[in-house]
Amino acid sequence: MSFPLLTATAVVPAVGALATAAVPAARRTLAKWLALLFSLATLVLAIVVLVRFDPDGDRYQLTESHSWIADFGVRYELGVDGIGVALVALTALLMPFIILAGWHDADPLETGSSRWRPTQGFFALILAVEAMVIISFEATDVFLFYIFFEAMLIPMYFLIGGFGDRAHEHGEQAASTQRSYAAVKFLLYNLVGGLIMLAAVIGLYVVAGNFSLTEIAQARASGELTMATTTERWLFLGFFFAFAVKAPLWPLHTWLPNAMQESTAPVAVLITAVVDKVGTFAMLRFCLQLFPEASKWATPAILVLALISIIYGALLAVGQRDIKRLVAYASISHFGFIIMGIFAMTSQGQSGATLYMVNHGLSTAALMLVAGFLISRRGSRLIADYGGVQKAAPVLAGTFLIGGLATLSLPGLAPFVSEFLVLVGTFTRYPVVGIIATFGIVLAALYTLVLYQRTMTGPVKPETAAMPDLRARELVVVAPLVVLLIFLGVYPKPVTDVIDPAVKQTMSDVQQKDPQPEVEAAK
Amino acid sequence: MSATAVHSLWTTAATAADPISKIDTPKIEYGQLAPTLIVVGAAVVGVLVEAFVPRKSRYYAQMFVSVVALVAAFATVVALAADGYGTTKAGIAAMGAIAVDGPALFLQGTILLASLVALFTFAERRLDPQAHGNPVDSFAAQAASVPGSESEQKAVRAGFTTTEVFPLLLFAVAGMLIFPAANDLLTLFVALEVFSLPLYLLCALARRKRLMSQEAAVKYFLLGAFASAFTLFGIALLYGYAGSMSYGAIAQVVDGSVVEVTPALADTMGNDALLLVGGALIVMGLLFKVGAVPFHMWTPDVYQGAPTPVTGFMAAATKVAAFGALLRLLYVVLPGLRWDWRPVMWGVAIVTMLGGAIVAITQTDIKRLLAYSSIAHAGFILAGVIATTPDGISSVLFYLAAYSFVTIGAFAVVTLVRDAGGEATHLSKWAGLGRRSPLVAAVFAVFLLAFAGIPLTSGFAGKFAVFKAAAEGGAAPLVVVGVISSAVAAFFYIRVIVLMFFSEPRPEGPTVAVPSPLTTTAIAVGVAVTVVLGVAPQYFLDLAGQAGTFVR
Repeated sequence: MSFPLLTATAVVPAVGALATAAVPAARRTLAKWLALLFSLATLVLAIVVLVRFDPDGDRYQLTESHSWIADFGVRYELGVDGIGVALVALTALLMPFIILAGWHDADPLETGSSRWRPTQGFFALILAVEAMVIISFEATDVFLFYIFFEAMLIPMYFLIGGFGDRAHEHGEQAASTQRSYAAVKFLLYNLVGGLIMLAAVIGLYVVAGNFSLTEIAQARASGELTMATTTERWLFLGFFFAFAVKAPLWPLHTWLPNAMQESTAPVAVLITAVVDKVGTFAMLRFCLQLFPEASKWATPAILVLALISIIYGALLAVGQRDIKRLVAYASISHFGFIIMGIFAMTSQGQSGATLYMVNHGLSTAALMLVAGFLISRRGSRLIADYGGVQKAAPVLAGTFLIGGLATLSLPGLAPFVSEFLVLVGTFTRYPVVGIIATFGIVLAALYTLVLYQRTMTGPVKPETAAMPDLRARELVVVAPLVVLLIFLGVYPKPVTDVIDPAVKQTMSDVQQKDPQPEVEAAK
Repeated sequence: MSATAVHSLWTTAATAADPISKIDTPKIEYGQLAPTLIVVGAAVVGVLVEAFVPRKSRYYAQMFVSVVALVAAFATVVALAADGYGTTKAGIAAMGAIAVDGPALFLQGTILLASLVALFTFAERRLDPQAHGNPVDSFAAQAASVPGSESEQKAVRAGFTTTEVFPLLLFAVAGMLIFPAANDLLTLFVALEVFSLPLYLLCALARRKRLMSQEAAVKYFLLGAFASAFTLFGIALLYGYAGSMSYGAIAQVVDGSVVEVTPALADTMGNDALLLVGGALIVMGLLFKVGAVPFHMWTPDVYQGAPTPVTGFMAAATKVAAFGALLRLLYVVLPGLRWDWRPVMWGVAIVTMLGGAIVAITQTDIKRLLAYSSIAHAGFILAGVIATTPDGISSVLFYLAAYSFVTIGAFAVVTLVRDAGGEATHLSKWAGLGRRSPLVAAVFAVFLLAFAGIPLTSGFAGKFAVFKAAAEGGAAPLVVVGVISSAVAAFFYIRVIVLMFFSEPRPEGPTVAVPSPLTTTAIAVGVAVTVVLGVAPQYFLDLAGQAGTFVR
């Protein structure tokens, strides 16, 4: 038996979570370094996975399979395809930055309280989320996926509800109330989605007799396993509902602005750049593979919802007064693009959507983390409280601008490639949808540039005059992200090479061919 | 084998064909009945200890007797199961009165282990502040003294403790051991009374809030007596219908495979009205014990008023025993009536799941909240009962085992959170508990997550098992309702977690008492079972799967 590499990518952060949580109250700094160390170790493992993965090889690689709960037909089955590899790498890559960015976010306000150890808890929870997210990207057993898909809600819930921005315009009591409201809203939305999926998971078992993604997909393709049209549609809807809540797709999105607004910037990045990706990833992997017919049946409705997400999210982002809420609505708009790309059922669309998941992770992380640094300096999330920051803190303003430009998909930065692919892919099959979606980009330019203009340019406000520029730790967080955004914007081939074969497989699962004449993917 | 023996025992007298017939010496398989006999014997010894052992050493003597009895009984159950009595050698013992088969042994094992853990919480003497230098437990100093009276004060000053709770617990356990194994209706009824009466008493014995505790006991007793009366009436009607008390014989009459009419019952035998009404009345009595809507009214009051260790014991063990009896009744006696009882039970399961979950939202007392949550859980278990497949049986067995340890653990945590008035059960007092005692709050959060059925806890494995069985048994709508009520239920479990972790602690809030190793063990066992059954349930699912066949 070879070394269980995929298991290791999840076990290392899980062990890290336990180790961090066990650090005594007084040794706060040790906990931080421990967390960082484990996240870096995970990154190393993820890179090994990336290197060992052969894009032109089998569909699922580095597979592991063990019996787990035979009574339920559940196996511990892991395996990654190109899409999974890309997202595991993204998760592992972002984690050290998230931990570094949140270095001081959970320092206890008053020293001396002996047993309450928020710092240890904060980093342990982040690592726990990382472990669960990674295993969700790797699971090829529906039940195994479901377990971690649901279980990751709990650490996320504590991260949102337990830790928030230091300063708050209405005082600590109000902040704590709003935080727990946001945390409960997050949990209830996702739990309801998950429980509805549970019914569908049970239904799938009754129909298929096991949970193995590969076996079910194979049996479906060979015609051994047939589902009645209605059954397939119900099961599809059960799965899709959960993923649409997680993604989040309009009209199930309302938890995201609350959750992102109330949590600290690193946690907000964790939600939108990492955890939400599980939703879109699962649409690609589970909805399309398990229920190809129903996916095609639902495509028109989902495209309409995705379009609404794109336009609605962008419009609301324009109107926000709170920086974090603005980024949240922008994310909703971007998730609309991703879902549109997935369900356009063209190879450009799906390649673009997968690439978009990676790029959105990078660009949101850059924008949100810099925004977090900004907010921690001034102690306010309101756009109106800022002005002329670029004079006081030029590096901060510059990186903020790059993050913003990436969000609006400026050519030359990574998200442009993916957005372009999604639009092209959608246009070849659904021209009208593609045209309407383009307005999303226009609105994106509006909300990002207005945000930049109001906060960074203009007369210097007295409160921002003495604002310090990015510190060394913060630069270490931002610089690599900016470099990556530019590099992948100019040369996305390394990522697309990994993704493309997996997308072709998925396309053949749903028995879809690109419409003729074929438009060459922009590589 | 002996099913016919007892059949003739009942019918010979009626027919009077053989007036002075030879009444055979009853053949009793002592070995197979050993678990129950050990517990009953120990209970009797416990009564003697009360009578003859000096007051000072009673506590230790009682503890010793009870622990030894429960452990020995559990060992016997394991030995019987290992000997194959759960599978190949399953049979009916004691002249047809008691079944020794997989479900019986599995449930007896569960009840014994749960009782052992509950016993530890009964014996806890470090939580309440010492009264006049004497360590005291959760029970009244002297049950007979009027609350607030001089005699009560005298008893407290003298340092009396009600060590009678130990034999009472053992008697209740003995009844619970017989209840799911009863193979004729009279044994069923006797077992019902044997475990109910000690419970009524135990409910009245709280040291603090004695009036509330006594009120709870009276309510429980009155309603319980009603339910027992219904059951007894149902038994009479069913006897009139089938001419026999034995499960096997009744099942045969229901099937129509026996058409021979007992002359004395010629008017009533085979009358379907008797069957339907009688069956319904017995099931009603059992649903009362289970706490299913609409027979649940007693649950919140009794759970709240009873001493918390008793509540935990009751919530766990009674439910196990009653569901065991319900399973046997529906699967062994009334399978031929499946098309009649299934729609009714569908309705009961749906209103129980939804009712428990929805009413729980408005609760402000942690014990009442757990009471309503136990009602909702009864609904989930009923969904598995309705499946009428072997998978259904084993899923219910698994759920019961998983649920009982979570419940005892959760109530044990409730005993720890105290203020000047004893346990601080009002939810508002739990605010900020996570800041003050992160460990206790975290443990309670684990139990709540298990109740809510979050993956990687035993609650999820159990819920998945029953829902899967229900779906395979063609009850997909039940699964959907179950999922919806799980979502509703999740809301109030989460609310408690929010309260503990995200609310500011109150200045005059409760303190967390440091328990003795007894309660610590109970809680630790609860956590361990919750996690093990959540992460690696396979072994226990196998066990429940093997135990999934009733002997007929």
